Amino acid sequence: MEHYVPILVFSVVAITIPILLLLVTKVIRAGSPDPIKAEPYECGVEPTSFALDTRFSIRYYVIAVLFVVFDVETIFLFPWAVSFDRLALFGFVEMVIFLAILLVGYVYAWKRGALEWA
Amino acid sequence: MDFLVVNFAEILFYCLAVLTVAGGIGVLVFKSPVHAALSLLFTFVMVAALFLLLHAELLGAVQVLVYGGGIMVLFLFVIMLVNVKTLAPEQAFLSRLAPLAVVAGVLLGVLIAFALIFGVLVSGHGDGTALRTVGGAEIGNTEAIGAVLYTTYLVPFEIVSVVLLVAMIGAIVFGRRSAGLEIEGGGGES
Repeated sequence: MEHYVPILVFSVVAITIPILLLLVTKVIRAGSPDPIKAEPYECGVEPTSFALDTRFSIRYYVIAVLFVVFDVETIFLFPWAVSFDRLALFGFVEMVIFLAILLVGYVYAWKRGALEWA
Repeated sequence: MDFLVVNFAEILFYCLAVLTVAGGIGVLVFKSPVHAALSLLFTFVMVAALFLLLHAELLGAVQVLVYGGGIMVLFLFVIMLVNVKTLAPEQAFLSRLAPLAVVAGVLLGVLIAFALIFGVLVSGHGDGTALRTVGGAEIGNTEAIGAVLYTTYLVPFEIVSVVLLVAMIGAIVFGRRSAGLEIEGGGGES
C-alpha cells in the first residue's frame, strides 16, 4: 500500500493546482460580466450553433470504435509481454494467431476506406 | 488513531464504494447528458481505484485506459450523434420504462447477493493473493494474468480476437455511407 504514496501526492498536487488557479484568478481578476463574453469564441464571428445543437458525423464514431478495438488489442499485449519468458514459443504462436485474426479486420477497414476521411 | 491505521484498507474501501455509487446516481440524476457522462467517468475511475485496492493493478490500469478513455469517447460521441436535446417526448420512451428498470435492478441485486453469499459458503473467503499467485509462487498481478490467460484460458483469449473483429467489421458496415441516407451537418466538414 505504501507504494501508492507517491501517486497520492501526485494526485493531490494535480487536483490542487487547477483549484488554486481558479481561486486565485477569481480573487484578483477585474470582473465585468457580459452575456456576449460567455458565448463560444468562433474567431469573432457570431456563433451559429452551440455544443449540443451540433450533430456529429457517424464517421467520428467509426474511428472511435476502431480506436477502442485496437486499444483492447494492445491491452492484451501487456500481460503477454510481461510473461513472455514463461510462455516461450507457445505464447508467441498464439499471439501471432490473435494478431492475424485482428489483421483481417484491419485489412477490411483499410479496403473499405474506413481509415480515410473522404 | 490505531483504529484508522489497522482498518485503513476497509475505510478506504467504504469511501471508494460510497463515491462509486454516488457517481452512478449522478449518471441518473444529472439533466445534461454530458454531465451524466462525466459522472460515469468518475464512477469508472473509482472502480479502477477499487481494483487497485484488490491488488489487481492490471485491471485498474485497463479500467482507466479502456473505460475511462475509449468507452467514454464512444458515450460522448453517441450523445453528440443523437442530439438528445431535440428528442420529442414520444422518442424518449426509455423514461417511461422506470418500473421495468426498478424490477430489473432488484432482480440483479438479488442475483448478485445470492452469488456472493453462495460463493462465500461454497469456497470461503479468498486470502486475497489469488490475483497474483501462480503455482504457489507470488508474482505481480500482470504476470499472473499473463501466465493464466495465455495457457488455461487460451481458447477464450483467441475468441476475444474474433469478438473484436466482429465489433470492428460491424462498426464499418453500420457506419458506411449509403446512397440517400446522407445526414445533414457533419460536424464541421461539408
